[in-house]
Amino acid sequence: MSILIVADHDGTGLSQPSRSAVAALAGLGPIHLLLTGANAAAAAPAAAAVSGVEAVLVAEDAATAVPAVEAVAAMVVGMAGNYSHIAAPASAAGKNLMPRVAALLDVQQISEVAGVIDADTFVRPIYAGNALATVKTSDAKKVLTIRAASFDAAPATGGAARIETIAASGASPLSTFLGSEGVKSERPDLTSARIVVSGGRALGSSENFHLIDALADTLGAAVGASRAAVDSGYAPNDHQVGQTGKIVAPELYIAVGISGAIQHLAGMKDSKFIVAINKDEEAPIFQVADYGLVGDLFALVPELTAALAKP
Amino acid sequence: MKVLVTAKRVVDYNVKIRVKADHTGVETANVKMSVNPFDEIAIEEAVRLKEKGAATEIIVVSAGPAAASEQIRTALAMGADRGILVQHDGVLEPLVVAKLLAAIIAKEAPGLVILGKQAIDDDMNATGQMLAGLLGWAQGTFASKIEMKGETAVVTREVDGGLETVEVKLPAIITTDLRLNEPRYASLPNIMKARKKTIDTMTPADLGVDPTPRLTVLKVEEPPTRKAGVKVGSVQELVEKLRGEAKVI
Ligand SMILES: Cc1cc2nc3c(=O)[nH]c(=O)nc-3n(C[C@H](O)[C@H](O)[C@H](O)COP(=O)(O)OP(=O)(O)OC[C@H]3O[C@@H](n4cnc5c(N)ncnc54)[C@H](O)[C@@H]3O)c2cc1C
Repeated sequence: MSILIVADHDGTGLSQPSRSAVAALAGLGPIHLLLTGANAAAAAPAAAAVSGVEAVLVAEDAATAVPAVEAVAAMVVGMAGNYSHIAAPASAAGKNLMPRVAALLDVQQISEVAGVIDADTFVRPIYAGNALATVKTSDAKKVLTIRAASFDAAPATGGAARIETIAASGASPLSTFLGSEGVKSERPDLTSARIVVSGGRALGSSENFHLIDALADTLGAAVGASRAAVDSGYAPNDHQVGQTGKIVAPELYIAVGISGAIQHLAGMKDSKFIVAINKDEEAPIFQVADYGLVGDLFALVPELTAALAKP
Repeated sequence: MKVLVTAKRVVDYNVKIRVKADHTGVETANVKMSVNPFDEIAIEEAVRLKEKGAATEIIVVSAGPAAASEQIRTALAMGADRGILVQHDGVLEPLVVAKLLAAIIAKEAPGLVILGKQAIDDDMNATGQMLAGLLGWAQGTFASKIEMKGETAVVTREVDGGLETVEVKLPAIITTDLRLNEPRYASLPNIMKARKKTIDTMTPADLGVDPTPRLTVLKVEEPPTRKAGVKVGSVQELVEKLRGEAKVI
């Protein structure tokens, strides 16, 4: 049987975490992608070109960028008969949708899959990634969310999937999308960036947080933050890296003025190289850092930004 | 309007957990247990709704071992009115907990149910959405703001690109994110008062729910540990290492 992935798209193509989900499950069967919401059709050709995809199902809903999750869940449940596995990237949208689908199918979802052993057996982190559980499900149908940071994304080209149009999920009597706010940034996306620079409580204000932005821009990096920095209003909520924020695994992660609480480490300790800048040489972040720099960030970060600006 | 909230018993967030030597799970004997932090936020929100006059009664539910009554007492001390303990010693998966809650909700008929978005032990992030599905109710997940509007609630949600606002028809399921509120500490007089509040105890069988897990844990392992690297003496040395050794920039 085939595999259905409810993918995230931006109206031009698939999100990188969605391509990671394709890569994670490609070994288990032919992959079908479901695209929903406004501009789904416009994203379909790029989705069809993703390596390993057999079909792209387009449920375009011109009326809304964010269709009611209650209606999307009902639609996915209606399609479930054709599929052995139904999955989504563990994005905000995937996490919102998939457990509802699972419950309606009487399936225990397996969240944040970080390893695929076989069609029934998966590895997932528990306790903020301080343990890895290998679980085998007895459910006939599998409902999964995929942790993108654990899989390389499927190549964006090389596929030639067929594109089918299906009916949109439509409005729901239960909920209405009112709007969204968020700063559209020119910087790379946090979950797929090659370099991430994150700031913590030590920055002290949103004005000072621009030190992090400047360093990130010099490197072409995404900007992240600790929970403390987000709670204090120095950085927006979608910048939070950690157990309960975004999970990242860039080639280079630079943690500035972040102590390295377990909950923060959970979101970044799979990075290839970690740099820590902290004035406390005992800070736990140094236990995971490849390169540690002890000192005052307000002196070191501008110096680093200036040094990197030189070739 | 009745509000129902949850209080899962979990290993405290400050505890550095240890994987059992036989790889069957995580050591939970003799470690500090607490209310799941996201559930604390749910309880706090319900108490604030009651203080504002938007809620009349707060019922707190915990499913777990007999000792989970401690977490219910914490919620009662924060301001919940009565507790329900669904007592069960084995693993309770989110689907089972959602079914237990659905059975309780059928009897209690709350106008709003607030749960933590995820439990910090199994990190599943599933129970609230599952419950909404089973009941056929609206869901407002990862909430950083809740505004009651009579027949509906307007929920601001933390999502990947920032914030999203959704209006959900009541009764509804809401799950909490970190920025919704800062939970209070229970005062001593309220801890005393909480001792007199009632906790009803029942079992999954009483609620007609089969608690058998669907997932078999084959093994639990420590993740590969990173070893600490080197301390560099200057910004210049750091740049040299990143360019020459790591070759990441
Ligand atoms: C349920 C729950 C979920 C959580 N989820 C997350 C999560 O997803 N992500 C997350 O990050 N946290 C999370 N946390 C919070 C986590 O426990 C820590 O509180 C948080 O990560 C601390 O942030 P911080 O390192 O910025 O602040 P602090 O721990 O206060 O560290 C600040 C650091 O800055 C250093 N410093 C201060 N001044 C300077 C200076 N001038 N120059 C250089 N260094 C300086 C200090 O030495 C210190 O190490 C969660 C907590 C709970 C309870």
